[in-house]
Amino acid sequence: MAIDLGAVEAQLSTAFPGAVVEREGDWLVLDRDRLPSIATYLRDEMGFDFLTHVSASDYADHLDVVYNVYSTRPELQGPGLSFKVRVPDRVDARVPTVTTIWKSANFQEREVWDMFGIHFDGHPDLRRILLWEGFEGHPLRKDWHEPYYEEDNKPFGSRWPYPENPRPRSAEQRVHWRANVQYPQGFDPEDWDLGADYPPLFAPKVEINGIDTEPVYLNVGPHHPSTHGVFRMVVGLQGETVTNLTPVVGHLHRNHEKIGERNLWNGNIPYTDRLDYISPMYNEFAYVVAVERMLGKEVPERAEYLRVIMGELARVVNHLLTIGFQFNELGAMMTPMIYAFTEREHVLDLFEEASGARMMHNYYRIGGVYGDVSDEWLARCRKVVSRLDRKIDEFETLLTDNEIFISRSRGVGAMSWQEMVNYGVTGPVLRSAGLSYDIRRVEPYSIYESFDFEVPTYETGDVYDRYRQRIAEARQSIKILKQALNRIPATGAIMDGKNAWNVKVPDGELYSRVEHPKGELGFYLVSDGGTNPYRYHVRSECLINLAALEAMSVGHLLADAIVILGSIDITLGEVDR
Amino acid sequence: MSDEITVPDELKGNVFITKLSELYGWGRKYSLWPMFFGLACCAIEFMAAAAARFDTGRWGMDLARASPRQADLIVISGTVTKKMVPKIVTLYNQMAEPKYVISMGACATGGGPFKEGYNVVSGIDQFLPVDVYVPGCPPTPEGLIAGYMAVHEKIQNERINDVPWYEKDPIPKAPVPLLGGPDLIDPRHMDEIRARVRAPQSAAVGGEPEKEDA
Ligand code: SF4
Repeated sequence: MAIDLGAVEAQLSTAFPGAVVEREGDWLVLDRDRLPSIATYLRDEMGFDFLTHVSASDYADHLDVVYNVYSTRPELQGPGLSFKVRVPDRVDARVPTVTTIWKSANFQEREVWDMFGIHFDGHPDLRRILLWEGFEGHPLRKDWHEPYYEEDNKPFGSRWPYPENPRPRSAEQRVHWRANVQYPQGFDPEDWDLGADYPPLFAPKVEINGIDTEPVYLNVGPHHPSTHGVFRMVVGLQGETVTNLTPVVGHLHRNHEKIGERNLWNGNIPYTDRLDYISPMYNEFAYVVAVERMLGKEVPERAEYLRVIMGELARVVNHLLTIGFQFNELGAMMTPMIYAFTEREHVLDLFEEASGARMMHNYYRIGGVYGDVSDEWLARCRKVVSRLDRKIDEFETLLTDNEIFISRSRGVGAMSWQEMVNYGVTGPVLRSAGLSYDIRRVEPYSIYESFDFEVPTYETGDVYDRYRQRIAEARQSIKILKQALNRIPATGAIMDGKNAWNVKVPDGELYSRVEHPKGELGFYLVSDGGTNPYRYHVRSECLINLAALEAMSVGHLLADAIVILGSIDITLGEVDR
Repeated sequence: MSDEITVPDELKGNVFITKLSELYGWGRKYSLWPMFFGLACCAIEFMAAAAARFDTGRWGMDLARASPRQADLIVISGTVTKKMVPKIVTLYNQMAEPKYVISMGACATGGGPFKEGYNVVSGIDQFLPVDVYVPGCPPTPEGLIAGYMAVHEKIQNERINDVPWYEKDPIPKAPVPLLGGPDLIDPRHMDEIRARVRAPQSAAVGGEPEKEDA
């Protein structure tokens, strides 16, 4: 099923003559200058209220900014519209912002500015997001090279030592500073303000109810036990109430995309493990599905079942861990977390046997999976699944009716689903607010269509509902797992063709998304027909869900803001990539 | 003075004779409090090591402290980025002596799979004195525990009369790198950077290769 692009094009062209500049495969190239009005029309008249993905791509003579919009209307859910605008001028690249239409563009446009140097006119807060102010250049442009740059494509010559290169030199040996740094011509450290970017502790006095008070800025993180890693937020406080909150990300920016554009298509699979390192299996799933869509590859049935089994096990573990962490933040220090980690160990043992690695599995392959499993493994997996089923009950007995939990979480961080959609929030957080939107249902991939499961929803989207949502989804995963374990074909290939070292992907570009435990994980891939991606972008649900953090937290106590952050469920590896 | 000490018969089994240094090391090694600090994927295995199955509490390490002032051990558990490294070094400097550093995983040790990245520091040992390196990506909890054991061994072998934190002179702080310009600046390179930009035909760029045998 695909969207009727011709109809969309016709409708747009009637409303805005000349708006569709060109049609490029499955993408419409829209008129850059009229983008805001076209976008408003798309949202209000055509029902595309859900902008999930914005990024860019650098071609030698121009830059493209790409957008993917979807609809949440029940009759239009499903495949969305992909469009782009063209930026011919590389030096003074400008595009009007769509933040005013879809708030989800906010962080993503900042990222495009940071990585590509495309200026979004009218953006409320266009600062670098992953790197720091003062950084030289925009790293994802193709003509930008880092200090350790060797070649455009892997495998690098230096990694094949013989015969031309008998003594390969390490990256450090090639760089003057013996470190991964470079300074531009004429850089004088004294001209720079090398200080920290902290806001002043106190803001100017304000009068509230006739009393002079001073709002305080509190810096939480990047080293903080409750920020799930190296996330930092600057919280403005009035007394203990949050008045504003600025997320500061990028402390774990590992240049996933720049490295990904050098790697072979296969070579990216282990890197995707390191995105959301709580559920590596599902990241791989998302990536191989995207590449297979480009290749038009079929996957053997047994492999599909194995994929779903691994993926859903990962989802259960993810949800249990999230709940465990969540209770850490609520003050139930350690106990629920240790319970969750215990369950994780059982699943990891299964993963380790199947893939050879405990945590970074590298199990999925383009066209299949890496290794088959034995009948004994399947029997053990059945046992683990019924154990998980029991354990979810146990979690519920311990936590669901806990009075302290209810009073700390009811009404905290609530947000309507309409607003969440505008912020681009996806996954359990969105569903807990009442919108039944699960990519496994609306745009099925793999063999999810053949399973009987429901998409649970709750009403308010507060922290309590998000907790119940995760429990309910874990139960549905168990349901899928039970069916998959019953129906998996006893034998069969696990790989389409033989496991090639290298794949060539035909020319083209696509945005492909799956329902990751945390939300919509998407990959935007561009191929020039070679052995490595020309453009490789990860649409990170964690980063985009964070965009709603401020709106969810304002008006609540600082201690609740921490809980709200936990309930959004982020992994910094994926936020920062 | 003879080293021989005789224990009266009635006290045998109740009195143990040891050297002060050994007692000192023995006491310290079983109360090593790690910092509640995680950087990336390795941090998850760091937590798994503390959870029920591997239970580092068996060696008195179950109390992870969020404040560097109360921690004895910092496990650099993940990729060290340029944006984060000033904070890591500051945290290290805030820890009280004696303190130990474990570099956990390929990233903390040398940049790991992300070494070529523009925001990645190739190894925390450029800035901090590392006591134990634990290989792996990520190291298994067993591997991390082996690293802990190595730190224990090191502590056990330290002698009270020559440990640096009882010396008169203060122990120098680790250099805190500066961030805010175009790239990370190691304060130890400050003079050289300045000299290179002032020199005619300045070549303060990073990409310039070293001589083959440098
Ligand atoms: S060594 Fe591997 S597992 Fe550890 S932080 Fe680096 S990439 Fe992640």
